[in-house]
Amino acid sequence: MVDIAITNVQPDRAAVASQWQLIWWAFKRHRLAMISLFVTIALYLVALIPGFFAINDPTLQNARATFHPPQRVHLIDTANGFSLGLHYYPLKLTRDPETLAAIFTEDTSRKIPIALFGRGYEYSVFGLFNTTVHLVASTDPSRPLFLFGADRLGRDVFSRVVQGAQISLSIGLVGVFISLLLGVVLGGISGYYGGRIDFVMQRVIDFVLSLPTIPIWLAMAAALPQGWPATMQYMMITIILSLTGWAQLARVVRGRFLSLRTEEFVAAARLDGVSEGRIIFRHMLPSFSSHIIASVTLAVPAMILAETSLSFLGLGLQPPTISWGVLLREAQNIRSIATAPWLFLPGIAVVIAVMALNLLGDGLRDAADPYNK
Amino acid sequence: MLKFIAKRLLWMIPSLFAVSFLAFVLIQLPPGDYVTTYIATLAASNEVIDQNTAASLRERFGLGDPMLVQYVKWMWGILSRGDFGISFEWQQPVSGLIWERMALTLVLAVASLLATWAIALPIGVYSAVRKYSVGDYLFTAFSFFGLSVPSFLLALLLMYVAAVEFGQDVGGLFSPEYETASWSIAKMLDLLGHLWLPVAILAVSSTASLIRVMRANMLDELPKPYVTTARAKGLSEFRLLTKYPMRIALNPFISTIAWLLPNLISGSVVVAIVLNLPTAAPLLLQSLMAQDMYLAGAFVLLICALTLIGSLISDILLALVDPRIRLE
Amino acid sequence: MSDIHTISPRKPLLEVRNLVTQFPLRTGLFKAVNDLSFSIEQGKTLCVVGESGSGKSVTARSILQIVDSPGEIASGSIILNTADGKSVDLAKLHPRSKAIRDIRGRDIAMIFQEPMSSLSPVHTVGDQITEVLRLHMKMTKQQARDEAINLLRQVEIPNPEQAIDRYAFQYSGGMRQRAMIAMALACKPQLLIADEPTTALDVTTQAEILDLIARLQKSFGMAVLFITHDMGVVAQIADDVLVMHHGVAKEYGPVEQIFHAPQDPYTKMLIGSVLKLEQKAEIRLARPPLDTTAKPILEVRNLSQHFGTLKALDDVSISLLPGETLGIVGESGSGKTTMGRAIMRLYDPTGGEMLYRKADGSVVDLAKIGGTALKEARRELRMVFQDPFGSLNPRMTVAQVIGEPLLVNGIMRGKELDERVCQLMEQVGLDPRGRERYPHAFSGGQRQRIGIARAITLKPRIIVADEATSALDVSVRFQVLDLLMKLQDELQLAYIFISHDIGVIRYMCDRVGVMYRGKLVEVGEAEKVCNAPDHPYTQALLSAIPRPDPRDRDRSRRFRYVEPATPLIQSTLVKNGSSAR
Repeated sequence: MVDIAITNVQPDRAAVASQWQLIWWAFKRHRLAMISLFVTIALYLVALIPGFFAINDPTLQNARATFHPPQRVHLIDTANGFSLGLHYYPLKLTRDPETLAAIFTEDTSRKIPIALFGRGYEYSVFGLFNTTVHLVASTDPSRPLFLFGADRLGRDVFSRVVQGAQISLSIGLVGVFISLLLGVVLGGISGYYGGRIDFVMQRVIDFVLSLPTIPIWLAMAAALPQGWPATMQYMMITIILSLTGWAQLARVVRGRFLSLRTEEFVAAARLDGVSEGRIIFRHMLPSFSSHIIASVTLAVPAMILAETSLSFLGLGLQPPTISWGVLLREAQNIRSIATAPWLFLPGIAVVIAVMALNLLGDGLRDAADPYNK
Repeated sequence: MLKFIAKRLLWMIPSLFAVSFLAFVLIQLPPGDYVTTYIATLAASNEVIDQNTAASLRERFGLGDPMLVQYVKWMWGILSRGDFGISFEWQQPVSGLIWERMALTLVLAVASLLATWAIALPIGVYSAVRKYSVGDYLFTAFSFFGLSVPSFLLALLLMYVAAVEFGQDVGGLFSPEYETASWSIAKMLDLLGHLWLPVAILAVSSTASLIRVMRANMLDELPKPYVTTARAKGLSEFRLLTKYPMRIALNPFISTIAWLLPNLISGSVVVAIVLNLPTAAPLLLQSLMAQDMYLAGAFVLLICALTLIGSLISDILLALVDPRIRLE
Repeated sequence: MSDIHTISPRKPLLEVRNLVTQFPLRTGLFKAVNDLSFSIEQGKTLCVVGESGSGKSVTARSILQIVDSPGEIASGSIILNTADGKSVDLAKLHPRSKAIRDIRGRDIAMIFQEPMSSLSPVHTVGDQITEVLRLHMKMTKQQARDEAINLLRQVEIPNPEQAIDRYAFQYSGGMRQRAMIAMALACKPQLLIADEPTTALDVTTQAEILDLIARLQKSFGMAVLFITHDMGVVAQIADDVLVMHHGVAKEYGPVEQIFHAPQDPYTKMLIGSVLKLEQKAEIRLARPPLDTTAKPILEVRNLSQHFGTLKALDDVSISLLPGETLGIVGESGSGKTTMGRAIMRLYDPTGGEMLYRKADGSVVDLAKIGGTALKEARRELRMVFQDPFGSLNPRMTVAQVIGEPLLVNGIMRGKELDERVCQLMEQVGLDPRGRERYPHAFSGGQRQRIGIARAITLKPRIIVADEATSALDVSVRFQVLDLLMKLQDELQLAYIFISHDIGVIRYMCDRVGVMYRGKLVEVGEAEKVCNAPDHPYTQALLSAIPRPDPRDRDRSRRFRYVEPATPLIQSTLVKNGSSAR
């Protein structure tokens, strides 16, 4: 009966291990989930201070760099004698004499070193103070580094992806937070009181779950005035996404509440004279908080995908707001991706983030209940 | 059993009304109405419309009435004579615009659902039976990848590959010569020839999630005592798996129709827009942008009704195949 | 006739030699069965007996090579000598080979503990029986169906022609096990392996199933390998006994020897614990007689508890004296658990009153009070639950579990609370140094002690113990019972002791009430009710209990109780199959 997770640590430590410790031990055994945890942390770190990780000002347009292809970063320079150190070569723009198509070639005669923690454009950290320090900075601002290439207006795709992480990743969190609030309150009421309230709530949840989300989101998003400020848009989009997202979480919460209500230790607590509030918060909530965390983690990537799809269709966030969905709109036109396939790169960011969160949630779900294996 | 179906059917009535009301509220949400949008469009091309014309337009479309009155009128039209109102933009009855597109939407969704099942079922069973084998890891990797790629991105990628590598345009559901032609066997075949691409794109993400579901279901069933009983009887492993745990794991699988169909329809909206398929989605998007409310409303209503019917079918199927539901 | 003896002795049907079955774990190899040897003669019954974790079930599964993965037979041999003179080493066969599959179900068949989950919920019983017949006997559909009906009739299932098309959940618990037996015996196997087949059943149903197996064994000339933890069952049916403990054979011999001349200390201890429960506890012998003239501390009058149309409690009246232990005995569905929970007001009774006399002599009706009054009453009325795993919050340390009643009632906190918790743990025989541990670090018996410590924290006057020892192994069971009696003397407690086990009641209780279908059919002195009951139901119940003595095997005195109003109580199919326990 003693859980398998406990068997590979010393029994003395296992004996005094709290639920979170047991969950952590079980989680650590999931190698893929552990990797995903680190990836997720790294991504949210980027989202926290995107300016530090960006190279160029993501909003800066550069007419000379229209559809500038991605540049390679070199470590060993042999073109100008042998030397070590991160550097890149600027690209020379020539035009095909017949088709007038742009041709970029690496100009190895000019080596531009890359500075770590160098100076670049000015950005704000948490709105508290401004700084110009970047993780990676070019030493020649007149010939910027385009790691992921540039878009139609010559803006740096890499820096835009980094900047977009802030909106795209946070919209997942905020959206899930609102869903969770709705889900826990409604699902909790339903599961705790049961009876007629539960019946009605169940019907509502079933109804909401059977609705196709995207057409509804489209219809709601279409109602948003185009001219609204970016923050308003952001809030409205998260609320729209949450309005259908809560049902899934409410169902999870309700199910947990129902099964916990019949647990003997809850009955025992009631007989101990424990108040209803303490039963909920001391006995029931800790029992399903790990499940909730797992469900929430699995709901975040769905939110991110939803925002990306909506913005991609032009009914979500609007430029100049930078999100991954907005960036992918640039890739909507088959002609522009034929000339600049690097416009797909924000899509890779989406895939990585969503995959990491999915794997993380999966690992958490497996580890969430260390007592029943 | 009959009582169950009757109850379930009765429940559809309030659900459908709720959906219709929801659809109507949704399309009423945008500030202003079609006439405002119309005036704005005209203004953009430097045309001016006077207040009287605007008022008479509103009068004609019944836009001046209170919302509830408009809703009742709309519903009455639908219920009494299948009249979904007039499309302002197309200047023709909505019912003339939607049905073929809805039919194609349904074809696309059902085809994707079948493809999803056909792929996910054997893979899910395999993954569970050969847990932690190389094959299981490969399929698990695929399913996590499939879950993480937005379907529109997949559609774009395939279009890109087709356009750049093969110089082909893979959009649409029909070759140009059949687009306006009336229905014939040749047109059906042409449809099938085009259908596989959107179906494949849609099936990727739904297959991915269904593999996970089926694998988990099977893993729940495999250690159950009735499997040991069957083994102790001397059944071969294959017969035992297909007759017992797979059969029982199928029950929750059937209930996936209820959530898979909304997902597929949702996904098909985005994919259809990217691939420019003649389904409901592109027109829905266009009508939402133009505030062509009756057209948009009809689409939202019908799409939601479709998924509600899907969950109805899944409930009834479940009762049919599971004696525990049927007999209690 | 004499030449029979000159023939070389017939080989035993099954010979197991030095069997090792192991499970690879993260921490190394776990040998669930370690170097085990035994044999079964044709037509004989071998009982493998042991407590939980002894490896008895794995032994049974090893024979058919159906050990749950990742378990596997590491070494040893399992020789099957069939009637036609062939010998096969089952341990050498691949678990998926055709050879072993041909033996499963045809030569050796198996039945399991949980008949409900051992039958498929979505296939008819008939489907699952005909399958074996068609597989091994190559019968046609119609032949198989006829034979299946015949088999169902043999295992005494009423209306077999209709029953064959029903599902397992439409059968009652006993019927399901009969159907399992019909399925196992379909091909007339030479060996039947029965893995705790009656553990999930009520004692009266158990008696019927044991009779059925014995009858069929005789008529088929079949050998039986019977796995059980119940020494009473062993004494009743075994020819030979194998006692297992932690995967190792402790003692192996004829049943007479095991019960009346055990050699191994573990066997002695096991038999000793069982015999202990055959009489009144020693502690109680030393006690002065109860003051029967005292005013009852709790009086239950005409208590009813209905759940919809189900009358779980129907007009029950009983009283409890101060310091008394009142037993409530009954089978599943008798309403005994409902009674305990109704007294604790975990339900709101439908009717009747429960008058509780406080220490100061004032009386409250537990059925009517609520709010603070109920909270106060619950300090003096406490409960010990059946499930030592489910009744402790796994996320709280033992100190938190035991101290919670003191904390939430605002009685103690901080250092004072900690000292009291230590004292309580000592009182129930636990080491207070373990108080920062979580419940998962304790065994079932220790957890039950934690539950008892929690119950006595608030210095109660009445404790309701609901099957408090039924989840425990027999060697631990009487220790917990002794602890409860020790606490009774120390704290002047009155107990309401709910159990399905007459032995426990006899050991523990002063008086006992017998419940049947929501009604109290008999109340009396425990000694009288357990030895010479008045009511026919109690008599039937007692007659069904297997006595732990192979010399006392008189099946003829056993009889069924037939309720006067509805004559067909056991022998009709129930519509919504409720499980047996």
